[in-house]
Amino acid sequence: MNPNPLAVTEADLQGYVDGLLPQERLADVAAWLEHNPEEAERLRTYRHQNQALHLLFDPVLDEPLPARLAARPSSNWEVLRRYAAVFIVAICAGAGGWYLHGAAQSSPVGWIAAAAGATRVDAPLMMAHRAAVAHAVYTPDPRRPVEVGAEQEEALVRWLSKRIGADVRAPKLAPLGYELIGGRLLPGQSAPVAQFMYHDGAGRRLTLYVSTDQVQNKDTGFRFAQEGTVNVFYWIDGKFGYALSGSIDRTELARIANSVYEQLDKPAR
Amino acid sequence: MSDESHLLACLPRLRRYARALVGDRAGADDLVQDTMERAWQKLSSWRKGSDMRPWLFSIMHNLHVDQRRKPVIPTVALDDEDALATPAYAPDRLVGYDLESALRLLAAEQREILLLVVLEEMTYEEVAATLSIPLGTVMSRLSRARERLRALVEGRPRHSTLKVVK
Repeated sequence: MNPNPLAVTEADLQGYVDGLLPQERLADVAAWLEHNPEEAERLRTYRHQNQALHLLFDPVLDEPLPARLAARPSSNWEVLRRYAAVFIVAICAGAGGWYLHGAAQSSPVGWIAAAAGATRVDAPLMMAHRAAVAHAVYTPDPRRPVEVGAEQEEALVRWLSKRIGADVRAPKLAPLGYELIGGRLLPGQSAPVAQFMYHDGAGRRLTLYVSTDQVQNKDTGFRFAQEGTVNVFYWIDGKFGYALSGSIDRTELARIANSVYEQLDKPAR
Repeated sequence: MSDESHLLACLPRLRRYARALVGDRAGADDLVQDTMERAWQKLSSWRKGSDMRPWLFSIMHNLHVDQRRKPVIPTVALDDEDALATPAYAPDRLVGYDLESALRLLAAEQREILLLVVLEEMTYEEVAATLSIPLGTVMSRLSRARERLRALVEGRPRHSTLKVVK
C-alpha cells in the first residue's frame, strides 16, 4: 500500500478543513492524515477555529436590523442630503470669507482661513498621533531607545522636568510587569515633550508621552486611538496631556493607563 | 424575487461579515450602510440572475480597502461597558489571545479571506472572484491566517511553525 498515493498539498489540507474536497480526494487525504498525526492535529485546530468563528459571529444574523440599513435611499435623496450638509458648510465658509472681504484685504487666504474655521482641529487627537509616531520611531531602536537610562532616573526626571517646564515623574509600572528603560526629550507642537519608555519581560515596549502645552484644551476622559499597530490611550489633565502607546492588547493597555492616571493624579511622595 | 428583496435578504450576512471584519458594531454598520448605498446606486450593473452575494461582498471589500488607505487614526469613545470599566482583569498572556482579539491582530488581507471562507462558506474560487485576486493568493493567505490565529490563541511566539506540505 502506498501511504502517499498522490502528493497531498497544503491546498488539499485547507480543502479538507472546509469540506471542499471532492469525494475521491477526501479518502486520499484522510488516509494520509492517519500517517501524519501532527498535521491531523493542526487541521483539527483549524476546524475548531471555524466552529468558534461561527459561534462568535452568527448571533449577528439574528439581531434586528437598524432602520438606517434597511431603508432604501429614495432616488438618491440620502446621498444628496449628505452632500447638502457639506455644501451648507461651504456656503457658510464662503459667506464668512465674503464678510471678511469687506473688513480686511480681499485675498484668497481669507477664504481659506474662514473655511479652516469651519473644521475644528482635534488637538488632543493630534497629540495622540504625535505620541504614536514617536512610539513607532523610538521603540524599535535596539541600541539607543532612550537618551537617559533608568539607572539615572533621578537625573532623568530632573532634566525632563526642567526642559518641559513642569514637574514630571515616571510612574511605577513594575507591579504591572513593565520596567522603566529611560526617557528622552522630543519636540511637541509648541513646546518640548517628555517620553518615558518601559518594557516587559518579553521585550514589549510601552511609551508614555507627556506634554505641557494643552492649556487651551479642556480636560478629557480616557480616549482611545489606533495608528497602525500602535494602540494609544490619551487624556488631558489641566495643562498636561498624556498618551500611553503600545502594540499590546487594548484591555491590557487600558489597565496600565489606569495605573498611570492614578499615580500621576496624586502628588509625589 | 425583486432586486430590492434580493438586496435586503443579504443584509444580515453583510452585517455578520462586517462585524467580524471591522470589530466594532458602529464601524461595521457604517460599512454596511455605505455598501448598501453603493449597491442601490449600482444596482443596474448587477447581472440579473447571477448570485448577488459575491457582487455585494466585492463592493464591501472595495469600500473597506478605501477605508484602510485613509491616513486617519480612528478613535472610539469609551463607553461604560468598555475596557476601563471592567475590573482589573487581564487575560493570561501565557494562555494566549482569545479568538476575537487574535482575529483583530491578523492582517486585513488574511482576515477577509478567512471570514469569507468560514462564515460565508464561499468556495476558494468564489473568494478569488469576489476579491479579484488569484486563487493561489487566496490559498496562501488562508493558510497563513489559520496558522497565525493558532499561534496567537496558543500564545506561541510570532514566527510561524507551519510546515509546507508539497
